[in-house]
Amino acid sequence: MDRVKRTLTPYLLVLPGGLWLLLFFAVPMVTMLSLSLQEGDIVNGFVFTGHWQNYVDAISAYQTQLIRSLVYGAITSVVLIVLAFPVAYWIAFYGGRRKATYLFLILLPFFVSFVLRTISWRMLLTDDGVLLHPLKEAGLLPGDFQILGTATAVIAGLVYSFLPFMVLPIYVALERIDPRVVEAARDLYASPLTSFRKIIFPLALPGVFAGVLMTFVPATSDYVNSELLGSSETTMIGQVIQSQFLSNSDYPSASALSFTLMTVLLIGVFAYARALGTEDVMKVAAR
Amino acid sequence: MFQSNKPDPSLLRGMTRSRLGRRDALRLGGLSAMGAFLAACGVEGKGKPQASMAPDAVDKFWADKTRNGKLRFAGWPLYMDPKKPELKKFTQRTGIQVTYDEVIQEMAPWFAKVQPQLSAGQSIGYDVMVITNSSQFGQFRDSGFLAPLDHAKLPNYAANAAKSYATSNYDPGNVFSIPYASGITGIAYDPAKIKEPITKLSDLWNPKYKGKVGMFRDLQELGNFGLLALGLDPAKSTETDWQKAAAELKKQKDAGIVRNYYDQSYIDALGKGEVWITMAWSGDVFQKNVSDGTNFKFVIPEDGATIWTDNMAIPVTAENPVDAIMLMDFLYELENATTLAEYINYVCPVPAAQAQMRKHAAALTGEDKKYLLSVAESPLIFPGPAEYDRLHYYVDFNTAEEKKNFERVFQPIVLG
Repeated sequence: MDRVKRTLTPYLLVLPGGLWLLLFFAVPMVTMLSLSLQEGDIVNGFVFTGHWQNYVDAISAYQTQLIRSLVYGAITSVVLIVLAFPVAYWIAFYGGRRKATYLFLILLPFFVSFVLRTISWRMLLTDDGVLLHPLKEAGLLPGDFQILGTATAVIAGLVYSFLPFMVLPIYVALERIDPRVVEAARDLYASPLTSFRKIIFPLALPGVFAGVLMTFVPATSDYVNSELLGSSETTMIGQVIQSQFLSNSDYPSASALSFTLMTVLLIGVFAYARALGTEDVMKVAAR
Repeated sequence: MFQSNKPDPSLLRGMTRSRLGRRDALRLGGLSAMGAFLAACGVEGKGKPQASMAPDAVDKFWADKTRNGKLRFAGWPLYMDPKKPELKKFTQRTGIQVTYDEVIQEMAPWFAKVQPQLSAGQSIGYDVMVITNSSQFGQFRDSGFLAPLDHAKLPNYAANAAKSYATSNYDPGNVFSIPYASGITGIAYDPAKIKEPITKLSDLWNPKYKGKVGMFRDLQELGNFGLLALGLDPAKSTETDWQKAAAELKKQKDAGIVRNYYDQSYIDALGKGEVWITMAWSGDVFQKNVSDGTNFKFVIPEDGATIWTDNMAIPVTAENPVDAIMLMDFLYELENATTLAEYINYVCPVPAAQAQMRKHAAALTGEDKKYLLSVAESPLIFPGPAEYDRLHYYVDFNTAEEKKNFERVFQPIVLG
């Protein structure tokens, strides 16, 4: 009896998670894969044909948006590292007793819906809004100056939306560094810069990696920022997928694009892991 | 491997041969099962052409329906006085509570949103919806998503509606819908930013307004303007024409003239100064001016604009269709049709409302009188032959294939 229990326990433990994955990951994925290989229209129905033509058509029609999204995602990640590292560093090493408070402040904007926050940016930055109107009146900016509708606005919006996701993992990695290691470096006459370069940064790298994973992927597929802050020149792949699904009812094309995006992102993430020398991506991400 | 839901015979033959190991056979079997599973995930269509509708469909639909004392209305922004005087009056008289939601801003997303529920036979949460006679109207109609109207319940409609609506090409005989209002897609602009008068479609292509021009995201609206700008009639256009129009619109976009492609939020963008000149729906501009004190102008371009009709229809899955059809008829009472048009400034489907409006104006004095008289005489609410000469109908699609091709031609413009 005991032995039966012992053999069954691991399976029982994995059951909830497994069912979850099956129901909310595997089934939708297979449905989408099937959809991406169908042909037809919403009124007459879609029929499975198994032709990969949908992929060819979708990619050739929307490669610009796909590449643009990857570029925006990459720029966003880089800007985030530059912004988040000093913040995380300061909190980890100089936060003292108030660390928790600082972390809470970083997370505070999350208590407001992010769509709402993005709409607020739209109100603030609009062409004749509270910020630009006075500057234009004062003659400091030309009358047709605009922030909204540019790539800068979209990337700034993405950076703003995902900042905490970069700060927190880097903070966790820095927090784990044993201060004695840094002290030892100083004892051995390493300059602050050298100890940062040789000790702190390499030890924080897993945090940076996790941060990039948590920001690059959602930033690339984001569609809210570009929808609200961008224009037709900044359309991202998420918007294309959204409008193929939710306004043109072109399910096959939308599914094909979703799968393409997913594949490209997975390849990107694994290539990035290789480049960083982290063999086991998921282990790092889980840390 | 995924090409059919039945395993290829040669595959079966191969599988039964001994040179394949058990593992291989299992793997192949698994793959073909996967293929079958993939194929089973198809999305069923609901194509039920209207011609095949049974003659007793009306009786069948209405036989077991009762009045429930409530109804939910799916409308568009800027399509009723925010104080909802007509609905209050309706509730007062009938005791039916009306929930009015401004949930529709563009036809394609609306259809895509409610299509899954309707094809599953579920309620969409609304008992009346206002839908434009664009290609999605045909999709609603042909999918069997619209309840056939019982005209015995629509006496005011019969008495007051303009006769021309009964012969429309999208719903002849008003089997499924009656008009809410019609409107004109033209050009709106801010005279504070643009000093010269706007008269032609080509003004939307004027490099002087670079980055300040708004166009519509709705592919039919956008395509129509591309066609009209080239002097082509949308209703008679062919695929070659669409290509030409798309090229013209692409030119406009590549020159950086277009700020963005909008749904009904264009009116907001105009208010915020994001666009100075934009494609616009006639009544929106008036209402914006009235409610926000702005001074935007609306013009029907000399070289053409489009006219469309928004229709009230009852989804087949509606929970309160009897209450819904009562409201539809109520809005056709002369007085109600008049006050509605006075506020929304869209083309009124009740011709007698013009005289009624003049009467209302006569009872007023000063500025109010002047304003209401101008509304009563407005060609945008009661268009005359001079206006109709310049107005065109939407592109008419004969097949789903044609519609898809149209979308393929124009979609890349909107999605940059």
